[in-house]
Amino acid sequence: MVSRLVDDRSRAAIAASIERRRVDTRGLLFKVVLQSCLLVTLALLAVLLVTVALDSTDQLGTRLWDFLQGTLRSRSSDESLGIHQGMYGSLWIAVIVAVLAFPIGIGAAVYLEEYAPRNRLTAFIEVNIRNLAGVPSVVYGLLGLALLLNGQIFGLDRLTGGSSALSGGITLAILVLPIVIITSGEAFRAVPMELREGAYGVGATRWEMIRTQVLPYAAPGILTGTLLSMARAVGEAAPLILVGAVTGRLGENPGLFDIGALDDRFTALPIVITSWTVQSGRDDGFTAAAAAAIVVLLVFVLMMNSAAILLRNRFEKKRG
Amino acid sequence: MHSEPVTVDQLQIAPARRHREVIIRYSLVVTALVSVLVSTLIVWSLLREAWTFITGVVWADTWGQQGWFPRRGLYDLPTIIVPSLIITGVAMVVAGPLGLGAAVYLSEYANPRVRSWLKPALEILAGIPSVVLGFFALTWIAPNIVGRIGKETFLVVGAALLLGYAAVSAGIARAKIRQYREGAIDPSARIGAVASIAVLVVVFALAAAWTLNVWLDFAPNNAGSLAAAGIGVGILVIPLVASISEDAMAAVPDSLREASAGLGARKMSTATAVVLPAAISGIVAAFIVAVSRAIGETMVVFMAAGAADAARFTDSPFEGGLTMTAAMASLASGTDSVVGEGLTFQSLYFVGLMLFLITLSLNIIASRFVSKVREAY
Amino acid sequence: MSMTDEAPRVIDRMAATAGEASPEQAMPAPAAERDVVFQSRDVNVYYGSFRAVRDVTFTVPKNEIMALIGPSGCGKSTVLRCYNRMNDLIKDARVTGAITYRGTDLYDERVDPVEVRRRIGMVFQKPNPFPKSIFDNVAYGPRVAGRKKDLDDIVENSLRKAALWDEVSDRLKDSALGLSGGQQQRLCIARAIAVGPDVLLMDEPCSALDPIATARIEDLMQEIKQDYTIMIVTHNMQQAARVSDTTAFFTADVRSENDTRTGILVEVDTTQKIFSNPSDERTENYVTGRFG
Repeated sequence: MVSRLVDDRSRAAIAASIERRRVDTRGLLFKVVLQSCLLVTLALLAVLLVTVALDSTDQLGTRLWDFLQGTLRSRSSDESLGIHQGMYGSLWIAVIVAVLAFPIGIGAAVYLEEYAPRNRLTAFIEVNIRNLAGVPSVVYGLLGLALLLNGQIFGLDRLTGGSSALSGGITLAILVLPIVIITSGEAFRAVPMELREGAYGVGATRWEMIRTQVLPYAAPGILTGTLLSMARAVGEAAPLILVGAVTGRLGENPGLFDIGALDDRFTALPIVITSWTVQSGRDDGFTAAAAAAIVVLLVFVLMMNSAAILLRNRFEKKRG
Repeated sequence: MHSEPVTVDQLQIAPARRHREVIIRYSLVVTALVSVLVSTLIVWSLLREAWTFITGVVWADTWGQQGWFPRRGLYDLPTIIVPSLIITGVAMVVAGPLGLGAAVYLSEYANPRVRSWLKPALEILAGIPSVVLGFFALTWIAPNIVGRIGKETFLVVGAALLLGYAAVSAGIARAKIRQYREGAIDPSARIGAVASIAVLVVVFALAAAWTLNVWLDFAPNNAGSLAAAGIGVGILVIPLVASISEDAMAAVPDSLREASAGLGARKMSTATAVVLPAAISGIVAAFIVAVSRAIGETMVVFMAAGAADAARFTDSPFEGGLTMTAAMASLASGTDSVVGEGLTFQSLYFVGLMLFLITLSLNIIASRFVSKVREAY
Repeated sequence: MSMTDEAPRVIDRMAATAGEASPEQAMPAPAAERDVVFQSRDVNVYYGSFRAVRDVTFTVPKNEIMALIGPSGCGKSTVLRCYNRMNDLIKDARVTGAITYRGTDLYDERVDPVEVRRRIGMVFQKPNPFPKSIFDNVAYGPRVAGRKKDLDDIVENSLRKAALWDEVSDRLKDSALGLSGGQQQRLCIARAIAVGPDVLLMDEPCSALDPIATARIEDLMQEIKQDYTIMIVTHNMQQAARVSDTTAFFTADVRSENDTRTGILVEVDTTQKIFSNPSDERTENYVTGRFG
């Protein structure tokens, strides 16, 4: 009966509208626009990596070993041009960050998540840490300058030797501290209540419970956070400029594991990159040198980042 | 009768174990206090030197002078504030659409397998140090993108952006006016509604005048410029916009999407009419955080914005300029002791304090928006 | 000496016997003939300003199984968790009144909850083995208490007592997470036994298990009750009737004017009496299925 009520013309119109709606041009266009947003972003990433890789071949392709062992020079054609001092600085900055920021950051997270009473003071400290994470890195440089170089506070400059890898490392440790606290705290919050109760239920003290249940369960999350913050610290330049990282008038190349040079004038890989990039306007050969130093830096930074991402994805999958 | 009694002493643990608990507890308190100490020291060190600057500088000279020459005692604030705004604006023009588009695609369209490849790729981008973006901005973006923008291209892009802005503002204004007419805005919020429309209009007028001005004085530049650095900063903050927006959209419950689909809506309508409005607070937060990050970004600007450690005033994105951050880095770079006339050293801290206060307020506003999303779902 | 004359926390320890309970809360059989492990008096539990449990008073006899039953939200789990001070772990939870364990006030400020929990073990609603090997799960308690020797013997004895040894003796190094739900719960019992407790608190230990696994746990409870005093919270009345010697019935006192539910103890008696001839009408309604 229904078919009688619908005359042929309207039936055709309905069919046409169904037909038309099947090809949803606007929707398709929308999707293409969204896809291209992502593709443009990834293309920029690809262009960046390719540009850097191509530029770097002049140095890395011909004299990789010399480049790694060489020193900072004022001309790009210099036989002994290289990044040894930068690697020394970055290596020791990373070590200092690991030694200072990781134990303090994880400890603070343990206290805030597992011990601290839920009161206004704790809430204030947590908000405070979140805000610290958003402070521009250059401002941390000002802190380092006031605290470690100028000796305005506690006379710390005598300990750090003023402008030194030690000062740079401490400054960057302070910089990543909030990141370590936040990521560790998130890892602790993910520990199931049942595990805590199980441990308490057989007579574990709070610390025994934390050591045997919370820390092992949260270890992958903590490791992810520490890897990310380490990558961040190794790639930072702005705070180091403020605490006086330089690229001229440096001493002889120290041995990579020579602790004695920690309180000398210093530089780091990102500083070397900055300096060479800025000089590339004057001496084009520095473009290749900067690109080569970037490749070395990216190898370390991206390795740490990828390890962190893989680790996190694996455990997310495993624990649902 | 009683079972054999237990005394209080028997219900205690060994003293060594108890002492260890106390020692560990207090060590952890100390580590937590370090973070408080750090914030205190930051604020204290900034305020101390900045105060010397604030009380010592001739304020009339901080406005309308030739430029920012801290070593010679010339502190013209617009010289470093205007380029900061330009860089941030350019960065958001790049990162806003790209980041948001990528987020909508990842959240609403991409299937899990594609997602599992695309998300890590964005995270790799997020992990690239800013010095690398600085190099890229100076050696590739400046000659290949900014250098190729002609006078006409600039006018077309500028006009398109202005029109887009005008369309969005008109939409917001119309909605506010309708609410006003229907009495949906309570009296206390009326001033706010009027003010927000006024702000939109003023910003449009300023932007239009600025675009025209830049167009008239247009001079191409394929070395470092504010535009090149701005695009570099934009690339740097794309992952930030994308990940925070995507988190916000992921928080929108699937039941809303299903309800929308159940009413016969297509994916596009669901995305634009249901998911985006539901996640709007989070998206606003993403943009605010990105702005805060862009204002605070130092190295890209220092390397690619084309200014040395001092600069003349400029309001054109195609010229070299100095932002607040780059001004600080420039003053300190290549030396381990900042020296100069009078307040040179203190000017560092004054700029740092401005930057700190700006980013802090932006971050606080952003976290308000984020907690709105959390409350809603 | 009447209860109302005493300050809540002050208890004459020698005189605190079951026979002196308030008249409306009838105590099971002549208490003087039995050993008493716990005596609670006027216990109230608060979460912040909200009173979750009101004025609970009863005794727990030694080497018996006591069941706490009642509709959901009546505070029976909350009451159970007072007995090994698990409520201490909940922020802003507060317990008033007194609970004595073998004559000592559990809430005396010199008492360490850690030692309380060693002596008064707990088995939880959901099996919660640690993500470690079977051996390490059972050895966990003795290890944190500082024990390093004889762990093999302790683990074997505990697993035997928990009727799990025969099933796992050849794979002690395997992860505990590979066991079935029922095995996991018995492992949790073995883990609780391993620290040499005196009492076992069981908080709906079978609610996540199938009937066969439930039956095994119930058999196990009967076997181990000669060594332990057991308190079990259960929402399953048949289970309470099957396993317990005494039963405490709780219900929720709902105040609609401010929408609060406060748990109250209605009646404690031998399980047989509770299920056949309870003194209180509310108990009768509940056990006959007319309410709850």
